[in-house]
Amino acid sequence: MSILIDKNTRVMTQGMTGKVGQFHTVNCKAYANGAKCFVAGVNPKKAGELFEDIPVYASVRDAKAATGATVSVIYVPPSGAAAAIDEAVEADLDLVICITEGIPVHDMLRTRYRMQGKRTLLIGPNCPGLITPDEIKIGIMPGHIHKKGRIGVVSRSGTLTYEAVGQLTALGLGQSSCVGIGGDPINGLKHLDVMKLFNDDPETDAVIMVGEIGGSDEEECARWIKGNMKKPVVGFIAGVTAPPGKRMGHAGAIISGGQGGAEDKLAVMEECGVHITRNPAEMGRTMQKVLKG
Amino acid sequence: MKIHEYQGKEILRQFGVPTPRGTACFSVDEAMAAARQLGGAVWVVKAQIHAGGRGKGGGVKVAKSLDEVRSAAQQILGMHLVTHQTGKEGQVVRRLLIEEGAQIVKEYYLGMVVDRSRQRVALLASSEGGMEIEVVAARAPEKIHKVWIDPVAGLRDAEADAVARDIGIPAAALTQARACMQGLYRAFVEKDAMLAEINPLALTADGRVIALDAKFNFDSNALYRHPEVVAYRDLEEEDPAEIEASKFDLSYISLDGDIGCLVNGAGLAMATMDIIKLYGGSPANFLDVGGGASKEKVTEAFKLMLKNPKLRAILVNIFGGIMRCDVIAEGVVAGAREVHLKVPLVVRLEGTNVEMGKKILAESGLPIISGSDMADAAQKVVAAARGA
Repeated sequence: MSILIDKNTRVMTQGMTGKVGQFHTVNCKAYANGAKCFVAGVNPKKAGELFEDIPVYASVRDAKAATGATVSVIYVPPSGAAAAIDEAVEADLDLVICITEGIPVHDMLRTRYRMQGKRTLLIGPNCPGLITPDEIKIGIMPGHIHKKGRIGVVSRSGTLTYEAVGQLTALGLGQSSCVGIGGDPINGLKHLDVMKLFNDDPETDAVIMVGEIGGSDEEECARWIKGNMKKPVVGFIAGVTAPPGKRMGHAGAIISGGQGGAEDKLAVMEECGVHITRNPAEMGRTMQKVLKG
Repeated sequence: MKIHEYQGKEILRQFGVPTPRGTACFSVDEAMAAARQLGGAVWVVKAQIHAGGRGKGGGVKVAKSLDEVRSAAQQILGMHLVTHQTGKEGQVVRRLLIEEGAQIVKEYYLGMVVDRSRQRVALLASSEGGMEIEVVAARAPEKIHKVWIDPVAGLRDAEADAVARDIGIPAAALTQARACMQGLYRAFVEKDAMLAEINPLALTADGRVIALDAKFNFDSNALYRHPEVVAYRDLEEEDPAEIEASKFDLSYISLDGDIGCLVNGAGLAMATMDIIKLYGGSPANFLDVGGGASKEKVTEAFKLMLKNPKLRAILVNIFGGIMRCDVIAEGVVAGAREVHLKVPLVVRLEGTNVEMGKKILAESGLPIISGSDMADAAQKVVAAARGA
């Protein structure tokens, strides 16, 4: 088992025919069961065409009806990405993964408002996507660094997630699923939501959570872990050296109003029983030590 | 993106929020002409820089005669205004705002932020105007009142009035306060702001409610649909290195240390700074080259870092995903050759095509120090910076 996606997941790609969408669709299709999983693309102007043998439909609704796909991945450019999420939510999909970086915050506020009361889950935006190793990869992460196993990974970053995964794999510790929740201030699933899923997943033994400065998601997750989590959690927070008031690459990575600093997050996590490391090169080894008890 | 106070007040007026009459000036002569034209007996001479805390730093002066306007303008224009937000060197004042004076009875605080946890726009209001909201939050959090605004309904009359009463605005001024709050909210949403503050909002002796200050910070991802906001950009208020970086689509932030960092991905870039610090070094910058770093981008990144006279070593930390290590290695070699790199260069490569990448570096003949992993690379660059 795994969380959110597995080899039986059927995926449509919104923005498949653009340059970025094409590139990643080819890679996702080539990974594990990808050829069976990626069944549709969406582009109103190219309905009826094929890309890499994947049929293009005019709308999310059409793609769902024709293929049974219940998950969507979005590569649509920023100005149209929030509307693409809205369309997927309106079509009542199970899960939407928005890779697009640079969506205006007020667009995401309106989209999240419209999602209230809907059952569709959102991952991202501005995220690498998610992967269940040896089964399915939905997103832009390099598949070959992963190894099937029993460690869950949840992170706000892209390459720092790969760093954590690379360390685990090098130590022989495989992953159940790896989820990049994205670096934007207004997003879908939070650390907490993904942590709950890992807690309930019988094939996940432990979790690495990688956070960064900005907001209070990591603290909220840590407080939940304290009373509820049945599995060990290893944590790292990027940005101990980040100056306040500056946006560190990610739109969400900013210490503002004296809040969102890395030290505060680390302190709360430690207090709540998370095995923290301050050294980003030690995420894998910290997990190894924790597992050995 | 930040703007000046006088520009923020222009926006506020467009949304029906009253402000004192005033004029932006670039010279003492202009300041004098502006004061004459405004008339009256009291003027306020305000330094226009993007940092807060201007009053405490001596950048805001009240003038009770035209002579005082002149001497205040002379003092403030060109000064290195140091506030808690500028750093030690301060910010050179190049623009002034000359405003009519107001007789203030009471000052309040109004702010708009994006509340990340609730995923709503929040109005913050406080009776403690003129103080920084962070200070109020630390000392007297009960004095901050919040309304989370429904994006469809907007800020309702009843919500605005309730908050105005909570912060002690007199009944006679409620309608005016409501207009200020609703105007600030509409400006915040329609202009795609991330932060907007009126601090202070003042109640005057003649019973008016007016914005004495205006602070805006806009979502840079939404600037494409606001050319009128982009027109407010003042490049002289921004770090030249950061402006240069943005031309090449590099995300760069200057820091105090002496070890340059070139990394792909924002999270890994922050973690790289952190690990340098952990091993006793000090990062000179944050630099995310993004997902598709070409040879040109890497070369520009080197040039940017080398403009910093304090730079003593460079660490390149790449986890190749989409970006192949062989491509980045070629970029590093070409970039290092082009800029005739004199400081020690430590490179750590991992991920897609890593062996090819390492081979390119080894065969380049350049004195590149190879790091086997992130920790090894960080230790090597810290040692190199000390030895250089």
